[in-house]
Amino acid sequence: MTGDRTDVLPSIGDQHASTTVIPAVPAVPAIPAAPSGPPVPTTASLEAERVSAWFGQRKVLDRVSLEMPAGRVTALIGPSGCGKSTFLRILNRMHELVPSAALAGEVRLDGQDIYAPERRLTDARKAIGMVFQKPNPFPAMSIQDNVLAGLRLTGTKIGKGEREGLVEESLVRAGLWLEVKDRLKQPGSALSGGQQQRLCIARSLAVRPRVLLMDEPCSALDPTSTRVVEETIQQIAADVTIVIVTHNMQQAHRVSHQCAFFLAAHGTPGVIVEHGPTDTIFDNPQDQRTSDYVNGRFG
Amino acid sequence: MADVRPRKLSRRSTGADAVFEHGARAVGASVLVITGGVGVFLAWQAYPTLKRYGLSFFTESQWAPDQDVIGIAAVLTGTVSVALVAMTFAFPLSVLVALYISEYAPARIRSTLVSLVDLMAAVPSIVYGLWGFFLIMPYAAELALWLQRNFGWLPFFKVENTDPDAAVWDTSRYVASAFCAGIAVAMMVMPMACAVMRQVFSQTPQGEKEAALALGATRWGMVTSVVLPFGRGGVIGGTMLGLGRALGETIAVVLIVSPAFEIKPRILEVGTSTVSSLIAGRFGEASTSQLSALLAAGFVLFVITLIVNTLAAVVVNRSRSGAGTDA
Repeated sequence: MTGDRTDVLPSIGDQHASTTVIPAVPAVPAIPAAPSGPPVPTTASLEAERVSAWFGQRKVLDRVSLEMPAGRVTALIGPSGCGKSTFLRILNRMHELVPSAALAGEVRLDGQDIYAPERRLTDARKAIGMVFQKPNPFPAMSIQDNVLAGLRLTGTKIGKGEREGLVEESLVRAGLWLEVKDRLKQPGSALSGGQQQRLCIARSLAVRPRVLLMDEPCSALDPTSTRVVEETIQQIAADVTIVIVTHNMQQAHRVSHQCAFFLAAHGTPGVIVEHGPTDTIFDNPQDQRTSDYVNGRFG
Repeated sequence: MADVRPRKLSRRSTGADAVFEHGARAVGASVLVITGGVGVFLAWQAYPTLKRYGLSFFTESQWAPDQDVIGIAAVLTGTVSVALVAMTFAFPLSVLVALYISEYAPARIRSTLVSLVDLMAAVPSIVYGLWGFFLIMPYAAELALWLQRNFGWLPFFKVENTDPDAAVWDTSRYVASAFCAGIAVAMMVMPMACAVMRQVFSQTPQGEKEAALALGATRWGMVTSVVLPFGRGGVIGGTMLGLGRALGETIAVVLIVSPAFEIKPRILEVGTSTVSSLIAGRFGEASTSQLSALLAAGFVLFVITLIVNTLAAVVVNRSRSGAGTDA
C-alpha cells in the first residue's frame, strides 16, 4: 500500500484485508436469485481507522476510529461543526470534492481500504450510497428515471423487465411505492419534500449499495415526513448498513443501534468522545460531556 | 356581510430614494428610446428604397446602383453562411471551454482562464481580421482543400473551376471565402457565448451534482446528466447571442473576403459578401439614393439580429437555468 497518499499512518488491517476476498461491488443486481457464483452480500461492515481530515490548513478531524457493523444503524451525533458530516463524507469519498480538502487514515469496506490506489473512486461510491440533507432528485427526470439514474450513470445495463421490477422494489423499500405507483412518469420534482427524500433513498437503493450514508436526511422535512423516513430507515436496515448523521437526539435514539458522539472543543479538531450501543449512550453515558449533550444541556 | 375593499397603500419614495428611483427609471427608459430610435431611423431611411424596388430588393443578388439594380439576396445569404461557419467553430469551442472552466479546471487556474476568455472578447475585431488574414487564411485554404477532396460531394463544400487532385493546387480559389471569414468571426463570438454558458453551468445546484457523483457517476456522467440538462437554456441562449454578433460582424469580414455578389452555398470558394461588409465598403462613395439602399440593407440586418437576440433572451429566461443570467 505504499504510495497511497492517504496512508499517512501505519495500516493495521492488512492481514484482515488479505483474507477477506469480496468483490468491490456486488455485481449489480441479479434480482433476487443469482444463478451462479456465491451469493452476493447485500450488506457490509464499514470501518474507519484513525481518520483525520483537513480543509486547507485547518484540521477538522483527529484520528477518528469507528466500526460500523454490517446490517446495523449507526448514528453520528454531536453539536454543529464537530466534524461528523465531514466524517460521513469521508466514508464514500465525497470529502475530496472540496478543493482544499485532505485526509489521512483508512476506511475499510469489508476489510478493504476504499482509498487504496488500485480501487476505483466510482466503485467506492457505488458500494456506499449517500442521501443528502436537502432532497436532490434530478428535476428533469421522471420518478422512474430518478430511481434508475444510478444504473444509467454507472453504465449498468439491465433488461426492460428487470428494470420495472427494480423500480418497484426500490420504491417499495423506500416506502414510496404506494404513493407514486400510478405516476411513475411524472417528474420527481413534483413530489413533496418528504416524498422527494424517499425518492432519493430509492434512487440510492437501486444501485444496491452495501452501505447507505445519510446526512441529516430529515432536517428539511416536516414531522410527519420525518416519521415516514425513519420507518423506512428501520425497514431497510436489515439489508443495508446505515450510517446517519442527525441533530435530533430523539431520532438518533429511535432509529440507531449504536451511537458515536462527536465533539470539537474550541479550536481543536473533532474527535469521538464516546461510542457504543444507543441505549448506553443515552441512559448510561460514561463521559460527562456525552451526558450533558444527550440531555440537552448544550449543543 | 360587510363591504370590505382592499385599502390603497401609498408607496411614495422620498428624498435621495426618490431621486435615485426616477433617475434610474429615466436611464433605463433611455435604452428603449435608443434602440427604438435606431430602428425608426433605419426604417425611415430605408422606406424610399423598399418602396422603389419592392420585393425585388430581397430577391435580386446584384448590387449595381449605376444600372439601377439593387438587391440583398447575395449579401444576406453571405451573411448567413459566414455566421453559420462561425457558429460551427464557436459552438463546440465555447461549450467545451465553458465546461472545462466550470467543472474540470483546478481552482487556481480557473480565474486566469476566465479572464483570458474575457480578454478574447476585448480584442478589437480589426485584430482578429488581421490575424485571420495573415495567420489563418493559408491554413484555412489547406483545410478547405482537404474538405473539398473528402466531402466535395456535399454541395456547400464544392469549389468551382478547380481540380482538387491537381499537382499544384490553385490556392487563390480557396482563400478569401466565407469559410475563412467565419473562422475569424468565430474567435470573436466564442468568448461571448462561452461567458453565458459558463455562468449558467456554474449555477448548477451543487446538490444535484453531488447526487450524481454519490451514485458512482464519473465526472463526465455527472456533466451529461446534471450540468448539461441544467444549462441547456444557457447553451442555446449563448449560441444565439453569438449568432447575433456573428451576423453583424463587419471589419474582420471586410479584411478577409473578396467581395462577390452571387448567391452561393459554396462556402469554401473565394468571394462572398455580407450585409455589414457591403455597407462598410460602399458607404464612403454612396450618393443619397445609394445611401438609402445601404440603410435599407442595414435595416434588414437590424431586424434579423433583433429577432435572433430576442429569441435568445426568451430561451434563456424560460429555461430553468435562466434565472440570474443577464443575457
